[in-house]
Amino acid sequence: MKIIKAQKIKALVSELCLKANFDLRPDVLQGLNASLSGEKNKRAKEILKAIIDNAKIAKKDKLAICQDTGLPCVFVELGQNVKIEGNFYKAINAGIEEGYKKGFLRNSIIRDPIKRGKSGYSPVVIHTDIVGGNKIKITVLPKGFGCENKTRLLMFKPTADIQALKEFIIEAVRLAGPDACPPYVIGVGIGGNADYACFLAKKALLKPVVSHRQTAVSKLESELLKEINKLNIGPMGLGGKTTALAVNIETYPTHIAGLPVCVNLSCHALRSATAIL
Amino acid sequence: MNKEKISKLKIGDEVLFSGIIYTARDQAHKKLIEAIKNKTKISLDLKGKIIYYCGPTKTPKGKAVGSCGPTTSSRMDGFTSELLRFGIAAIIGKGSRSDLTVKAIKENKAVYFLTYAGCGALLSKHVKKNKVVAYSDLGPEAIYELEVEDFPLIVGIDSKGRNIYGKK
Repeated sequence: MKIIKAQKIKALVSELCLKANFDLRPDVLQGLNASLSGEKNKRAKEILKAIIDNAKIAKKDKLAICQDTGLPCVFVELGQNVKIEGNFYKAINAGIEEGYKKGFLRNSIIRDPIKRGKSGYSPVVIHTDIVGGNKIKITVLPKGFGCENKTRLLMFKPTADIQALKEFIIEAVRLAGPDACPPYVIGVGIGGNADYACFLAKKALLKPVVSHRQTAVSKLESELLKEINKLNIGPMGLGGKTTALAVNIETYPTHIAGLPVCVNLSCHALRSATAIL
Repeated sequence: MNKEKISKLKIGDEVLFSGIIYTARDQAHKKLIEAIKNKTKISLDLKGKIIYYCGPTKTPKGKAVGSCGPTTSSRMDGFTSELLRFGIAAIIGKGSRSDLTVKAIKENKAVYFLTYAGCGALLSKHVKKNKVVAYSDLGPEAIYELEVEDFPLIVGIDSKGRNIYGKK
């Protein structure tokens, strides 16, 4: 049994907030650069250049990549041989508070979703997975809400064919159109139940944007990306072939009676940072 | 940014604006519309002004402003016609607008600009000063006065009602 102090978790989360918000993920940057070299549309190129410049400025000047520093989503893989000394969830929220204050990031969280009122930094959304081993892996994903608002879930019939699924995913992108900061990264969750499909769609955003995956779903991912980039939405919705940088799919077993599919879009400012204790 | 200048702008034009703009997003819009309806005094005169759909991050020490890109414009569609009738001259945001908003922009000979979406760090370099001028209790949703220089804009909907995103 390894003992990890909650204080240590707080400090780590605080650091991850700064890293995620200031330093664009290398795979996202790589995806943007690849899109820029493949893009023919003059305006699309201009916007992609601005997006890449923005990432450089953010890193250099320690400024938030985007002013919407999100409703941070924290993914935890907790080794079952770890004993945490102190309150785990309190430590995560305290780490978020500390990091966001330190980085002059935005306080976008409303405690009462109905009455609304003043905004603060926490509580955040925490997904904990118990895994083997004696380590804790923590990922902070500051997910902006412009793109979160475009999330779509559909419970397909179990007899639905793959074409229907593809059309639904493409339609989700078409509906988001210019509004949620394209080029997008498209997180897709297939299987599980309604809530789990949504979780998977969000988790899919953590997979690298540029990859050479050879999995059962990688063919579907690349087919969808090709189709989506024919929509001519483009950067800022002003045209071009860069509507999405990637389609990332996560799957899970499901019930004989259904086939849940959730699409969770990310704007081009797909930010996350991970560390292991 | 007067009516004459606005009337010459057409969709797709790129503009570098220098001057004063005012941030306002969801809750500030709600409050402004309530104030207009109830005829209560608003602490700043919005007539002829430019509204920017933006909620900046906190201002880091030694900087003019924090990250300050545009937020999704369509969320403000329900309030926009009223504000245009009230006299705001121009709007800056990101993404598409409702048919009603397009119509109101045309009727009021206003203009809707787009600016680089998701580029809050880059845009902050075009802001010289910021101060909260209304609804400070709203935190990031307060109305900030931003003094900007060469702030990059693209005309999204012009005063003739032409829409860069085409018809819906």
